[in-house]
Amino acid sequence: MAKNKQEKLIGGVLDESRAKELLSKMVLTRKFEENAEEMFALGKVHGTMHPSVGQEAIAAGASPALRKDDYLLNTHRGHGHFLVWGGDLKRMMAEFLGKETGYCRGRGGSMHIADVESNNLGSQGIVAGNLPISVGVGLSIQMRKSEQVALTLFGDGATNEGAFHESLNMATIWNLPVIYLCENNQYAMSMAFEKAFKIKQISSRACAYGLPGITIDGNDVIAVYKAVQEAAIRARKGDGPTLIEAVTYRYRGHSKSDRQLYRTREEVKNWMKKDPIPRFAKLLDIDEKEFKKMESMAKEEIRKAVEFAESSPEPDIDTILEGIYA
Amino acid sequence: MREISYMEALREAIRQAMEEDERVFVIGEDIGVYGGAFGVTAGLIDQFGPQRIIDTPISEAGIAGACVGSAVTGMRPIGEIQFSDFVVIAMDQIVMQGAKMRFMFGGKAELPFVMRLATGSGTGAAAQHSESLENWFVHIPGLKVVMPSSPYDVKGLLLSSIAENNPVMFFEHKLLYKVKGPVPEDMYTIPLGKSHVVREGNNLTIIATSVMVMRAQQAAETLAKEGIEIEIIDPRTVKPLDMEPIIKSVIKTGKALIVHEAVKTGGFGGELSALIMESEAFDYLDAPVQRLAGLDMPIPYNRTLEYHAVPQVENIVEEARKLVKGVY
Repeated sequence: MAKNKQEKLIGGVLDESRAKELLSKMVLTRKFEENAEEMFALGKVHGTMHPSVGQEAIAAGASPALRKDDYLLNTHRGHGHFLVWGGDLKRMMAEFLGKETGYCRGRGGSMHIADVESNNLGSQGIVAGNLPISVGVGLSIQMRKSEQVALTLFGDGATNEGAFHESLNMATIWNLPVIYLCENNQYAMSMAFEKAFKIKQISSRACAYGLPGITIDGNDVIAVYKAVQEAAIRARKGDGPTLIEAVTYRYRGHSKSDRQLYRTREEVKNWMKKDPIPRFAKLLDIDEKEFKKMESMAKEEIRKAVEFAESSPEPDIDTILEGIYA
Repeated sequence: MREISYMEALREAIRQAMEEDERVFVIGEDIGVYGGAFGVTAGLIDQFGPQRIIDTPISEAGIAGACVGSAVTGMRPIGEIQFSDFVVIAMDQIVMQGAKMRFMFGGKAELPFVMRLATGSGTGAAAQHSESLENWFVHIPGLKVVMPSSPYDVKGLLLSSIAENNPVMFFEHKLLYKVKGPVPEDMYTIPLGKSHVVREGNNLTIIATSVMVMRAQQAAETLAKEGIEIEIIDPRTVKPLDMEPIIKSVIKTGKALIVHEAVKTGGFGGELSALIMESEAFDYLDAPVQRLAGLDMPIPYNRTLEYHAVPQVENIVEEARKLVKGVY
């Protein structure tokens, strides 16, 4: 986007037009997921998905602080990151519906969506699955001297996997250009943060590996942007990885099977008061009319994407074995 | 032709691949100054430096992840799992991510990495350093599984594996590291997925893998003196598996004995036996397909027990003789 010197800087870092664009992506992500839930309810899609409703600020703030040629390693709860990275809603919807025109030709679904061509290395359905992979991406960047960075996303649950330990240690001893962005949404499926950790902040684990660790408000787009920007500068200079813990909350259940017996409605309602979307809209001085317009544009985009996906062909059964080997 | 050891052939293949392609690097535990637990990478760090011969902490999942992540972003890593037993710690990265990413992502990712694993018993290392786990990976679509049985094969197969754009599990038998044989000095490749007829004969087909190829050859020498001519086929890669020469051979001999070190139950022999039975060779069988494999047990420490836990030359001789004579 052309730099407009007259433009207001939001939070000291984002051009107003860019910030508005990000807000519209947040709205789009939420509407996409709400629509997906409806489609499930109507029996139009099968399988499962993991909504990120309530966590949109992290996606909005993270990848915009990076270069186009950097890498994204996503999680199973990654619709927002996928869209902000530059994902095309039509092909994303087609993947969600298992169609040939989807990003992964309908073979991956929502949980494994990837776009390797845009350095979006995809979502892994195994918790912490992408953490060791980020070591390899970091090594590759370092060996190719390309000054890229690898943005690696994972939840609070992933930090209790052994892979977290191996990955952070290796990336730190070799000063790899990896940004470890933990979306602490308070629950690893049903396991509450307080029950799974004896520490108050996941970022405090950084001292065990010797990398900087910070905890930020994950519902604040600007805070996320600034933290990722700083980590990227550090990584590109060759100073190694950073662990960022973005504190947020998942409004919906873990996946479609979740009856949410492990938390109270009151707790959810309290977090909803800290909803990142109205909060960012307020920061941008978006009035109700403009916001409604944003919502209706998102709905229209989704309608077109659903139309595209529904009219797209199913994978041909004759191609069932394609894509396993190069 | 000059003769070098299996280990030297491996090292030469790695060196030549690294000289030819700067994207190739090696990553593993104690592979630098130490030279690898068995010495395969000895001296390579002097030529290529610590940036391309990368010593890691004891982090097998990290090593496998480093291979997956660097491969998908344009490098051609060779990972080393010090003892193949330790691969269990890296299973998630190899099986869930490495093997599946290409398919899950719609056929759009390439994962050109080789995982080298020192495998097998016979060194007195007991139950956690002696396993033969290759068939675990045969069961995983997306992987290729290579079992080189000679110095010549190990060089050509490793160079092919490095050139592959798919994840390759490369099982090196510890007892073969010091075995010598003729190996060309130039780079050459042996295609993956091509079985090798090691010895020709009319009385019985033995299909053997890894160290068992050598033992089958020794058994065949003994049996030849009795007038029994054994045909030995080494699949070289158990995945993909080239059945054509095996079927052709069984049609000729009418009898098949499968020999592998891994435990019998759930082993590769069961799969191979079924494939023979499903083929046109079935009509030519004069006896049931037999399997000679490791006992269903962890590898014991005691030297005598360890020896008897896996097929030895005399076991192959005995089984082959019985099968040829129709006593089974």
